[in-house]
Amino acid sequence: MALRFTDQDMKEIEAICQLYPDKKAATLPALHLAQKRFGFISEEAIRVVADALELPVAHVMGVATFYTMYNKKAVGKYHVQVCTNISCALMGSREIFQHLKRKLDVDLGEITKDGLFTLQEVECLGSCGTAPTIQINEQYFENMTVEKTDALIESLKKGEIDV
Amino acid sequence: MSEYVLFKQLIDPDVRELNHYIKLGGYEGLKKALEMDPTAVVEEVKKSNLRGRGGAGFPCGLKWSFMPKDDRQKYFLCNADEGEPGTFKDRYIMSENPHQLIEGMVIGGFAMGASVGYIYIRGEFKFIADQLQKAVDEAYAAGYLGENILGSGFNFELYLHLGAGAYICGEETGMIQSLEGCTGQPRLKPPFPAQVGVFGKPTTVNNVETIACVPDIIRKGANWFLTIGPERNNGTKIYAVSGHVNNPGVFELPMGTPLREIIFEHAGGILDGKKVKAIIPGGSSAPVLGPEHLDIAMDFDSLKEAGSMLGSGAIIVMHEDTCIVEAFARLADFYAHESCGQCTPCREGTPWMAQIIRNIENGDGREGDIELLYDICVKIIGRTICPLGDAAVFCVKGALDRFRDEFEYHIQHKKCLVENKVAIYG
Repeated sequence: MALRFTDQDMKEIEAICQLYPDKKAATLPALHLAQKRFGFISEEAIRVVADALELPVAHVMGVATFYTMYNKKAVGKYHVQVCTNISCALMGSREIFQHLKRKLDVDLGEITKDGLFTLQEVECLGSCGTAPTIQINEQYFENMTVEKTDALIESLKKGEIDV
Repeated sequence: MSEYVLFKQLIDPDVRELNHYIKLGGYEGLKKALEMDPTAVVEEVKKSNLRGRGGAGFPCGLKWSFMPKDDRQKYFLCNADEGEPGTFKDRYIMSENPHQLIEGMVIGGFAMGASVGYIYIRGEFKFIADQLQKAVDEAYAAGYLGENILGSGFNFELYLHLGAGAYICGEETGMIQSLEGCTGQPRLKPPFPAQVGVFGKPTTVNNVETIACVPDIIRKGANWFLTIGPERNNGTKIYAVSGHVNNPGVFELPMGTPLREIIFEHAGGILDGKKVKAIIPGGSSAPVLGPEHLDIAMDFDSLKEAGSMLGSGAIIVMHEDTCIVEAFARLADFYAHESCGQCTPCREGTPWMAQIIRNIENGDGREGDIELLYDICVKIIGRTICPLGDAAVFCVKGALDRFRDEFEYHIQHKKCLVENKVAIYG
């Protein structure tokens, strides 16, 4: 099925464009919206954004592939991103990350068989005072330990919490 | 007990709400500024010695004075990209005391004749941007933003803009590129942003913490600000302490507070009573210090004198169980990952440095690797458009200079000097 923005999305994009003297400035916000709507930024999603902003596909492609927050392929329902940069690593994020790799039994960037999780290692999340930090979708989970991570994954699996 | 200039949530936990902010003198600085001549506002900020809190420590008032005085459209851009490893201070201003940032933006806009401001926030901080947006909406509703602010005839629109995961967008011209909807690849200077900035117009970019200092400087006067902190390094500073300490967190203290006091009094000392081994004093790009520096005054000039820098004021503490080679392999990897790819020395040099340090860490180091690393440093520094390459060099070279013995031990013995080390990498 062909991807398309809803009428509501198009109104939102139009409103975003009003914030800048040049429509091109809406590229990042429009890609964020596309990711929310379509789950990830496929080549088709890139074309949809380019059409909506009347910009060259090559421009949107360049931007989408430059920034790490745009997922270029599908991710699980929960995108588990573990910060392994220095402050988190000093407080044990490496152990958490290795544990998650074993527990979820999945390669980096791939989706678990149940479709629930994608595991990713990320750079500094700006949450160093509450390290280790894991970002799941748009939410931060701070002061994590292996035990807390286990409990969090179980709660997500059982649907006890949602993010 | 020091004065809180920025963390007013420690005086009133509800200061994020407009009426609470106003009770603490909020928007009084703006009222006062709007009755002044814009040039006088710039002069007052100049007089206060307010220096940029994002990393460079450039005098804020001087930066403002670079903006042309013609009637072109001008922009005021707030750098809330907070991505320097170890740095987590601006987020608390935005979530806990957002109106002070907003007020600072309006005053800055008025002083420089900019009628539009953008706050560029890293994309991962969407939950913080949502909180800040509420405060912006409140400020619009109360007439502190929008048209004819407080009947002064001055108009100022303020918009939030989310990044999408790129450290390089914390560099001001990378940020400008990104705000224009492009890849965040920095631009050559000159022209400086004050001449040709975002959308081709004069632009000033300041860090969140810098801007949030402005309302109180105007309200209480530059002379008051000069009473805090050492000469030429005035004001308070938010020190963000992370790593091997008992009480990591953000502490607003007078600029120049000794490192020992910050680590041992405020951050609760070293985990498990262990010994300090290394301290990065200003975010990962600041050359690493050792325990002999604990009595240093944490301000711009003192750190520069010690061969490092205050940077963002982010203090990363490593205790004796840390393998320096491993820690800096991880940091070298960060710069390699975040290099935008535009300049050859940085694009090729940062992954090369990371690879060599990783090899040393893995027991595959060779004689001459240390000299090779120094050589790569020389070939990166000063040869790139933006300071990311320089930052990578400060980080790696700092570790080589101070902990050369540990690198040598690794190369000779094919193993770590540290037993029972904290696992950082791989």
